[in-house]
Amino acid sequence: MGEFVTENRIWDPAETMPHDELRALQLERLVQTLARVAEVPFYKEAFTKAGVSPDDIKTLDDLRRLPFTTKADLRDHYPLGFLAVGRDRVARFHGSSGTTGKPTFVAYTKEDLSTWADLCARFLVSGGLRPEHTVHIAFGYGLFTGGFGLHYGVERVGAAVVPAAAGNTRRQIMLLKDLAADVLVCTPSYALTIAETVGAMGIDPKELSLKFAHFGAEPWTEDMRAQIEADMGLLAFNNYGLSEVIGPGVSGECAARNGMHIQEDHFIVECVDPETLEPAQPGCQGELVFTSLTKQAMPIIRYRTRDIAQLDPSPCACGRTGIRMDRVVGRTDDMLIIRGVNVFPSQIEEALLRVEGTAPHYLIEIGRPETLDEVKVHVEVRSKDLSDKMSHMQALRDRIGQEIHSITGIHADVYLVEPQTLERFVGKAKRVLDHRTEKNDA
Amino acid sequence: MKIKQLSVFLENKPGRLSEPCHTLAKAGVNILTLSLADTQQFGIMRLIVKEPEKARDVLTQSGCVVKVTEVVAVEVEDRPGGLADILEIIEAADISIEYMYAFTFGRKDKAALVFRFDDPDKAIDVLQDKGVNVIGGVELYDSAD
Ligand SMILES: [Zn+2]
Repeated sequence: MGEFVTENRIWDPAETMPHDELRALQLERLVQTLARVAEVPFYKEAFTKAGVSPDDIKTLDDLRRLPFTTKADLRDHYPLGFLAVGRDRVARFHGSSGTTGKPTFVAYTKEDLSTWADLCARFLVSGGLRPEHTVHIAFGYGLFTGGFGLHYGVERVGAAVVPAAAGNTRRQIMLLKDLAADVLVCTPSYALTIAETVGAMGIDPKELSLKFAHFGAEPWTEDMRAQIEADMGLLAFNNYGLSEVIGPGVSGECAARNGMHIQEDHFIVECVDPETLEPAQPGCQGELVFTSLTKQAMPIIRYRTRDIAQLDPSPCACGRTGIRMDRVVGRTDDMLIIRGVNVFPSQIEEALLRVEGTAPHYLIEIGRPETLDEVKVHVEVRSKDLSDKMSHMQALRDRIGQEIHSITGIHADVYLVEPQTLERFVGKAKRVLDHRTEKNDA
Repeated sequence: MKIKQLSVFLENKPGRLSEPCHTLAKAGVNILTLSLADTQQFGIMRLIVKEPEKARDVLTQSGCVVKVTEVVAVEVEDRPGGLADILEIIEAADISIEYMYAFTFGRKDKAALVFRFDDPDKAIDVLQDKGVNVIGGVELYDSAD
């Protein structure tokens, strides 16, 4: 196995297509895609406004002349303004819930569903799935793309599916045990719940036959991977996708587990600075932007995902040629720019997790007393952290500061505060107090 | 012979010191002595009280972060060099002191030192060996009545 955590298997030879062939195929498919969207009112209008015609796109670099598409554009054309085929050709609708109420819908033709199954089969196989396996899918089946996408991928490989869907953890564990599933598909946080419940039920995780897990649909960390793998005795793989692009299957990890290969024969990826929208520096984090190349029902051009990640074009030991993306570190909506550095609240949380073991309560306060940004991170002290020795408390504070620096590259003043003094929020916590914007408002 | 000490985490802001004291007073817990270690940002208040478990419970209920640790109290003779003698014994035995503070107790206003040792059991043995009066909880608490 060498540098692989499991056997390196490739589902589709297209995954290892040489780069020049891949670029030629991308251009050919991009031109076809632009022809397909020519009559979609949104694109027609947007292209005219940008002063560009699909005929102007002669090279892959020309893609940058086309305007971006955003979630707001999809919402503005609710419900089906982006449909590029007649209703008679639509085989399926899915959707993603919006925080503001109405979902945004995506549509698939029969061919799209088949493409989607293949894309999911690719990452499932690269992460250990074999035809003789049984796969337990604990994703919701519904408008959400997770359940169906993975379901089709497993079927395409020829393995057995247990469509357990979401909820009732004890029942899920009974199914896992009695049907002896080899592979678990769910969100990483639900895997932690399963691991905890297995323990509470007095079941040894080794009584389960799980060997592999495929996690997606939410950000997670290497620490979580290590914990789940140790608790459940399996290998966990990361995959990425979003319904606006196709659902799961946009990218997935291989057995080398050093990033997720983007399925570039089906999508063109760009990484842009979310402020300037110019290409991010190579090796730098930026917002991922995807253009679909094979979708029929609802092709998407330069879709701004709001997901921040980093691309790695270096060759991978597995032989796949698709560029790799690392974990999504955050959303552009949450991103803070401190002294020119992009920082996400999730990174502060990660630093605190490293120091203390569980997610404590914290507040990030940013100010600009003179010309430079200053960051204070207030962290609530808990009984188990408390020492009667001053030196220990100062060391705890310093360790938090060091972890924040090593993860974000910024220096933060850490303030230990009394418990229950930081405001509690229901739902999405407001962890940031940015005095710089207050000043601008005044 | 060890005595339970409560440590309370405090932010360094006006009025914070009095809150835990009020909480204990309301609960009828008698504070024998109190010492404070602080930085610009935060402090740790260390308390010796007659009923440490009860004190911990009421403080925790009031929202304080509290830790109970074991410390050693010794009586210091009221003569020049009384303190130096004790420190010499401790140094000779190679026992390290994390921190210490002094207070008076008892009807005759006897002086006592509270030590936080890294190895309290060894310290007690060494001190008693040299005839130093290590004060137990009962003696200390009774003196407060
Ligand atoms: Zn690879």
